[in-house]
Amino acid sequence: MSKKILSLVLAVVMLVGAVVAFSSCNSEKKDVKAALICLHGDSSTYDKNFIDAFKQACANKGLTEENYTIITDVPEGTECYDKAADFADNGYNLVFANSFGHEAYMIQAAKEFPDVQFCHATGTKAHTENLANYQNAFASIYQGRYLAGVAAGLKLVELYGDAEGKVSDENAKIGYVGAHPYAEVVSGYTSFYLGVKSIVENVTMEVRYTGEWYDETAEKTTAEALIAAGCKLISQHADSMGAPTACENANVPNVSYNGATGKNTFVIASRINWVPYFEYIIDCVKEGKDIATDWTGTLANDAVKITAVGTAAAEGTQAKLDEVAAKLKDGTLKVFDCATFTVKGAHLTEYLADVDDAGDFVPETNVIKTENGVTFFDESANRSAPYFDIRIDGITEVG
Amino acid sequence: METQPKKQDRVKKEPLIRLVKRDALAKKKVVLIYAIAIVASLVLSALICALFSSKNPLSFFGALFEGAFGSPRRIWLLLQDTALLLGVAVALVPAFKMKFWNLGGNGQILVGGLAAISCMYYLGGKISDALLIPLMIVASILAGAVWGVLPAIFKAFFDTNESLFTLMLNYIATGLVSMFITIWVKSGSGILEPLKYGNFPGLFGSPYLLTILVFFILAALMYVYLRYTKHGYEISVVGDSPNTAKYIGIDVKRVIIRTMIISGALAGVVGLFLAGGIHHTISTASANNMGFTAIMATWLAAFNPLVMMGTCFFIIFISRGMVEVRADFGFTNDSIANIVIGLVYFCVIACSFFITYRVVFRKTGAKTLESDEKKGENAV
Repeated sequence: MSKKILSLVLAVVMLVGAVVAFSSCNSEKKDVKAALICLHGDSSTYDKNFIDAFKQACANKGLTEENYTIITDVPEGTECYDKAADFADNGYNLVFANSFGHEAYMIQAAKEFPDVQFCHATGTKAHTENLANYQNAFASIYQGRYLAGVAAGLKLVELYGDAEGKVSDENAKIGYVGAHPYAEVVSGYTSFYLGVKSIVENVTMEVRYTGEWYDETAEKTTAEALIAAGCKLISQHADSMGAPTACENANVPNVSYNGATGKNTFVIASRINWVPYFEYIIDCVKEGKDIATDWTGTLANDAVKITAVGTAAAEGTQAKLDEVAAKLKDGTLKVFDCATFTVKGAHLTEYLADVDDAGDFVPETNVIKTENGVTFFDESANRSAPYFDIRIDGITEVG
Repeated sequence: METQPKKQDRVKKEPLIRLVKRDALAKKKVVLIYAIAIVASLVLSALICALFSSKNPLSFFGALFEGAFGSPRRIWLLLQDTALLLGVAVALVPAFKMKFWNLGGNGQILVGGLAAISCMYYLGGKISDALLIPLMIVASILAGAVWGVLPAIFKAFFDTNESLFTLMLNYIATGLVSMFITIWVKSGSGILEPLKYGNFPGLFGSPYLLTILVFFILAALMYVYLRYTKHGYEISVVGDSPNTAKYIGIDVKRVIIRTMIISGALAGVVGLFLAGGIHHTISTASANNMGFTAIMATWLAAFNPLVMMGTCFFIIFISRGMVEVRADFGFTNDSIANIVIGLVYFCVIACSFFITYRVVFRKTGAKTLESDEKKGENAV
């Protein structure tokens, strides 16, 4: 009897052992538990763009609601570390934060939890921190802004162009609502401006800042002030519906950011499509692969998007955009082609940018390159976050 | 609150609805009424959250407690946030007891924090932390005191409205913070990186304990100050009746100014801890609106600093718990959480109203007011 029991027990033990052994063959692939930390909620167009993409990517990669969490309204202070560490405490192995000011706290969490991957949009420090589990990501949104600028230029020609398509200096004035006087914004508005300039040579642009990434009232009043100052078209790099609303009220065409606004004055919007990046990092964590230290999305890898043209767009916009986008994709057209703009009357041949962002605000890297006879500012090549912070001729910053 | 009817009204008609002040209820009864109000508001909140998601309303309660107490880190943060809010409430309470409506908590916190950060920014690394930290303490207390005493001087000498004055100073403080950030951060990002020097040391290996101890001790000291010292007595007399205070020889101007120095300085200490102990940086949002949230904590506690420990804990419990509810229920903005927090506050404030007053409806028929009142007093 006891022998029988013994053999039975042995059989069970072997069976269990076999099951464990076989199942461990599969456990090479890790289960992903992913978290998204957002500065604001989905009433901010910037954050909504992340939230929608995150949900989409999780769904595409088979992550159920139990396996991902989105937390919004996390300020750019120690609260970000607290949340990131809290996710690590609770078994999450992938944490993404979406605002520039989150970076220091994500790095703090990354140092404390080496087994968890921390990724951060718009940050500048991954390439100097050298942490295996901390990465930056951004996209060449300047390509999208440039295309949006082309659409804006076509709109100006439609509204104010004479028989030859020329626009008077007075009507060739446009406005831009910026958040902070920071490279990310400067790179964005300059590329937008150069897009307009490729259609309307004599365009000038006035830029005004709100001092906040998300301040609906300030964005609205700033747009109104630009319109009052004679701007015939408005675009913005700020995260609320403030500027689009001001444009709708004043019946001034608006080029938006982060997505369509649904307004009658809406021309077009550029946005970063974060789905490819989210899918990429989920796959990396699943398969135990390293994530790129700096990931830069482009038009070519579908991370830079422009929306469908709006009701206010000029006729033939889409065809023109397709043509320009094709040139941007194959590299024959450079957004920051130094031949197309001047700084204090001169074309750039050399420019040092503060790429390392070591806190000294001292520029150290020459970012002007020449390829195939074209001299251009090589944006987002040395790190994913933009570093174009040059104030070019034709654009004035007010206040 | 009760409107004293005039003699001729008594024979005429009494109002349809009147509010009558209750006799003090038994403490046990008060606690029970509060508990019922809180539970009722939470049940209502659970239903609202369930309505806007596909989740079971019962999981609301689990998430709420999970968010507040779910891990050692969460408990520490719950206590730390409670301590910070308590710190602000302790700062506001002497002013409120004096019926000086200090709505400038946010600004006083910010200038306190800005003073500390300025020391860290300009002197960090140049002098040792052992010297830097005491300097930060002094600077924060001074800055907060100045921000508190400005409206007090104008109130004392020119009888200006202190609510507006303190409110306006909030905007100036916010402006100062963004101005300094613009000067310091040359990239224009508007984000000041956390500073390495002048960071407060942990206590017994915990980064949270020092903050918690300091503000709970300050609350206890404030209790003693208001209740057992001459200053505390002067504050309550000035609050009840400035004329009485004058008559019995209290220098009202002096009391107003002295009390607001204390109020501002204590708010400055909260800024000090936010800057040196917690964030090591500053932004216009650093005060986290505690200057206003703390007002409710002081009122619900009837200006008793010991009871404020409980009201602050409750407020933080709800807000931290709701963070987890939002994550669990998939709410990707704060509007539903704000509805819930507002609902809970509303129920608690409403029940504190009904504990103090009762509503009397006009009875049909020819009953006189007096007999009605007598009856009312026997009820409850």
